[in-house]
Amino acid sequence: MSFESAGYQLLPVLPELVLALGAMVLLMIGAYRGAHSTALVTGLAIGLLVLTGLLELALPAGKAITFGGSFILDDFARFLKILALIGSVATLVLSAEYLADSSRRIFEYSILVLLSTLGMMVLISAGDLIMLYLGLELMSLALYVVAASNRDNVKSTEAGLKYFVLGALSSGMLLYGASLVYGFTGTVSFAGVAAAVKTGSIGIVFGLVFLLAGLCFKISAVPFHMWTPDVYEGAPTPVTAFFASAPKVAALAVFTRVALTAFPGIVPQWQQIVVFVAIASMALGSFAAIGQRNIKRLMAYSSIGHMGFALVGLAAGTTEGAQGVLVYIAIYVAMTLGSFAVILTIKRNGQQFENISDFAGLSRTNPLLAFFFAMLLFSLAGVPPLAGFFAKFYVFVAAIKAGLFTLSVVGVLTSVVGAYYYLVIVKVMYFDEPLPKLDPVRVELRTVLGIAGLFNIFFFAYPGPLVSMASAAAKSLF
Amino acid sequence: MITWPILSVVTFLPVVGALIIYISRGDDEAVRRNARWIALWTTLITFAVSLMLVWRFDPSQPDFQFVEKAPWLANAITYHMGVDGISLPFVILTTALMPFCIIASWKSITLRVREYMMAFLLLETLMVGTFSALDLVLFYLFFEGGLIPMFLIIGVWGGPRRVYASFKFFLYTLLGSVLMLLAIMALYWNAGTTDIPTLMHTAVPRSLQTWAWLAFFASFAVKMPMWPVHTWLPDAHVEAPTAGSVILAAILLKMGGYGFLRFSLPMFPLASHDFAPLIFSLSVIAIIYTSLVALMQEDMKKLIAYSSVAHMGFVTMGIFAGTTQGIAGGVFQMISHGIVSGALFLCVGIVYDRMHTREVAAYGGLVNRMPLYALVFMVFTMANVGLPGTSGFVGEFMTLIGTFKVSIPTATFATTGVILSAAYALWLYRKVIFGALVKPSLASIKDLTFREGLTLMPLVALTVLFGFYPKPVLDVSAASVQQLVSNYNTAVTAVKAAALLQ
Repeated sequence: MSFESAGYQLLPVLPELVLALGAMVLLMIGAYRGAHSTALVTGLAIGLLVLTGLLELALPAGKAITFGGSFILDDFARFLKILALIGSVATLVLSAEYLADSSRRIFEYSILVLLSTLGMMVLISAGDLIMLYLGLELMSLALYVVAASNRDNVKSTEAGLKYFVLGALSSGMLLYGASLVYGFTGTVSFAGVAAAVKTGSIGIVFGLVFLLAGLCFKISAVPFHMWTPDVYEGAPTPVTAFFASAPKVAALAVFTRVALTAFPGIVPQWQQIVVFVAIASMALGSFAAIGQRNIKRLMAYSSIGHMGFALVGLAAGTTEGAQGVLVYIAIYVAMTLGSFAVILTIKRNGQQFENISDFAGLSRTNPLLAFFFAMLLFSLAGVPPLAGFFAKFYVFVAAIKAGLFTLSVVGVLTSVVGAYYYLVIVKVMYFDEPLPKLDPVRVELRTVLGIAGLFNIFFFAYPGPLVSMASAAAKSLF
Repeated sequence: MITWPILSVVTFLPVVGALIIYISRGDDEAVRRNARWIALWTTLITFAVSLMLVWRFDPSQPDFQFVEKAPWLANAITYHMGVDGISLPFVILTTALMPFCIIASWKSITLRVREYMMAFLLLETLMVGTFSALDLVLFYLFFEGGLIPMFLIIGVWGGPRRVYASFKFFLYTLLGSVLMLLAIMALYWNAGTTDIPTLMHTAVPRSLQTWAWLAFFASFAVKMPMWPVHTWLPDAHVEAPTAGSVILAAILLKMGGYGFLRFSLPMFPLASHDFAPLIFSLSVIAIIYTSLVALMQEDMKKLIAYSSVAHMGFVTMGIFAGTTQGIAGGVFQMISHGIVSGALFLCVGIVYDRMHTREVAAYGGLVNRMPLYALVFMVFTMANVGLPGTSGFVGEFMTLIGTFKVSIPTATFATTGVILSAAYALWLYRKVIFGALVKPSLASIKDLTFREGLTLMPLVALTVLFGFYPKPVLDVSAASVQQLVSNYNTAVTAVKAAALLQ
C-alpha cells in the first residue's frame, strides 16, 4: 500500500507487465520444448499480444501517471499502443509462412517481436528521458536481432549488422542530447523540462537537436534515413513489414510527445527542424523511389516519404497537428501491412520474388489481389476517396491552419511526384503482359490483406470513429 | 417534397450496377454478355431516375434543390448534396451520355469486358457526384476519384501509346488539384466550414481570394483544359478507347468550367474580376492557337481534341465576362459541346472500328459507300463550326455577346476562331467524306449499322433541337445564373465604390 501511495501504482502498467512476464514464459516453453515449438510459441505470442491489447482497453479511462511521472497512460498512449499491437500481431501473422520453413524454425523470433513490442509500449508511455531511452533500446535491440534472423542469408545478416551499427550511433546521439537537456534543465521528466525551458538557450537547442536526430533515425526521416533501404531490402519480408509498421508508430509517438510536452516553450526552435526534416523526407522519399526496381527498396523510400508527411502534422505544433499525425500513422500502418501482405504473395513455384517487374499482369492472373494492391497504391499516393487521402488531408489541414504554407505546397507537390512511382506499379500490374499465375495465396495473407484493403477502400464511408479517437488522443497531450 | 434521396440514388445507382456485374458468374462469354447488358440497363435506369430530377425541378428557384445532408467527417464537413440550375444540366448530360458510351463499346471492347464496364459505372458515380456535391471536401473526393477509373480506362483499353497518355493525364490533373486542396483547407479555416452554399455567402478576405482563386484556377485550367496546360488532352484523347474519349470530351472537361462557375466566380468575385483579363488572354490564345494547330492534324481524334480546347476557350471567356449572356452562354456551350464532341468521337470510333486507323489520309470518298454516315457526320461538323440552326451556334453566339459588353478586343479576336473552326472542320469533312473513293481498302466499307444509328440519331436530334430551340437548357439555368451574376456584380461594384470613396 505504501508502495502505491508513493506514486507507484501498478495498474497502469498492467498490460506491459503481462506482456513482459508472458514473453518470459514463452521463452521457457521454447527453451524446454525445443525447435518444434515454433508454431506453438508463435500462436501463443499472438494470443498474448491480443490479451495485452484487451487489457489496455479495459484499463480505466482518463490519464494515469505512475513511477513518479516516468510512465504516462493517457488517451494518446492508449491509441498508439493499440496501433503498435495491431502492427505486431499482423507481423506475426504474416510471418507464419516464413517460420514454417524448416531451416528457420526459430521460436525466438516471436519472443523477440514480443520484447520489441514491449519496448514500444514503454516508449509510447515514456514520461521522462530515462524511460524513453529504456523503451527505445529494448525495442531496437530486439529489432537488430530480428533483422538478422535469416542466419544463412548474407543480405539479412548485413542488414542486421548495418542496422545495429547505425542504430547504436543514433542511440549515442540521443543520449548525448538527453544529457545536455538534463544538464541545462536539471531534470529528465518531460513536465520538468517543459517548466524549465521557456527560452531557447544555445545549450538547450543543442540538446534538442541531438535528441531529435536520434528520434529521426528511428522513424527513418531524412537526413538519418541511410539505413532504411538496405535494411528493408536485406531483412526477411515479414520483418520488413514489421519495421515499416509498429516501430514507426512508437518512434513517431515519442517524437510527438517529446516535441509537444517537453518543449512547448520553444516551438519555433523545433518547428524549423521538423519543417526541414519533413520537406527533406518528402522530397527524397518521392524522388529516390522513382529509380527503384526492388519493391522492398521502393517501400523503404515510400516509408521515408510518409514519415515526412506525418511530420507535416507535427510541424504545426497544435492539437489539430497531433490529431493529423495520429490519423496519418493509423492509416499508414494499415496501408503498409496490406502492401506487405501483397508482396509476400508474389511466389511462383515456391520461390519468392521481389522485383516490380514480377508483378506484371497480376490483374489478369489474380484480379482481386491486383485490385486490392492497386487501391493500396493509389491510397499511398493520396488519391481520394481512399484512406490515404484522409491521412494527408488531416496533416495538411493542420499545417495550413498553422500558416505553414511553403511546407504545405512543397508537400502536396512532392506527393504528385510520389504518385508517379505508385502508378508505375499499377501500370505493371494492369497494362503489362501477364507472367505465370502465382502460387495459391495463403489464408493468413488473405486475411491481413482483406482487412487492410477493405479498411482502406471503405474508410471514407465512416471515418468518424478513427478521427474522433485521434482527436481525443491528441487533446490528452495538451 | 422529396420523400426519398433521389440525388443520392442517381449518384450511387451505377456503383450498385458495378457490384452486380462483379458478382455475376458464368463462363467467359456469359460474363461478357451479362456485363454489357447490366451496364446498359444500369445506365438507362440511372438516366430515367435522373429525368425525375428534371420533372420535379423548379426552374424559378435559384437555390439548391433536392438537398440532402448527413454528418460525415467532422461537424463542419458533411455529406451535402443538391443541384441548382447550373449543375442540373451537367448531371443530366452525364446520365444521358452514359448509355451511348456503353453501346459504343458493345462490339469494340472484347478484352476484360467486365472490368471495363465496372470502371465506366464507377466513373459515372464519380462524375454525377462531382456535379451534385455541395461540400468542398466531398466535391474534391468525387473530382479526384474520377482519375482512378479514367487512368485504368486509358491505360488498359487504350491505343499504342496508352501508358504515356494515361500517366500524363493522371499526373497533370493531380498536380493541378493538390493546390486546390490546400486552398480548400485555407477556406475551411477562414469560414469554419466547407459547405458550399455557406461559403458562397461568406466574404473571403481579398488576399486569400487571390491565392485561393489561383489554386482553384490551377486545377480547373488543367481540367478544362486551357492553353498552355492543355497538352495532356490530345494524348489522352488519341489513346483512349472511343467511349473514353466521349466521356473525356463531353463530361470530364466540363468539370473545369463547372468549377469556375461554382467556386471561382461566386466565392472569389474580386479575384475573378481582377484576373478576368488573364482569362480573356488565355482564352483568346486558346481559341486562335489551338484552331491553327487543329488545321495541321493528321489524326482525326487529335483534330477534334484540339477543337475542344478552342471551344472551351469560348466557355472560359464567357464565364469570366461576368454577364448574364456570357455565363448562360458558357453553360449552354458546355452542354452543346458535350453532345457534339461526344458525337464526333463516336463518329470517329465508327470508322475506326472498320478500318483501325484514324489517319485522315486513309479515308476519302466515304459518301459513296456510307451516305447515312456522311449525313450524320455533317450535322455534327456543322455544329462544331457553329452554324446557325445547330446547338453549337447558340453557345458561341451568346458567349461572344456576353464578352462584347465587357471587352471588345477579346470578343473580336475570339470571333476569328469561328472562321478558323470552319476551316479545320470543313477540311476534315472534305478529306474524309468527299472526293472519289479510290482507296482499295475502303471499297467494301459498310454504312451505319442499326446499333450505331441508334446511338447517333438521338444526338443528331438534340443538336438540331437545341439549335432551333435552346430554351429548355437556358430556362433551367436562368434563375441560378441570374443570381450568380447579381451576386458577382454586387461584390465587384461594392469594392469599386469603396475605392472611389477613398
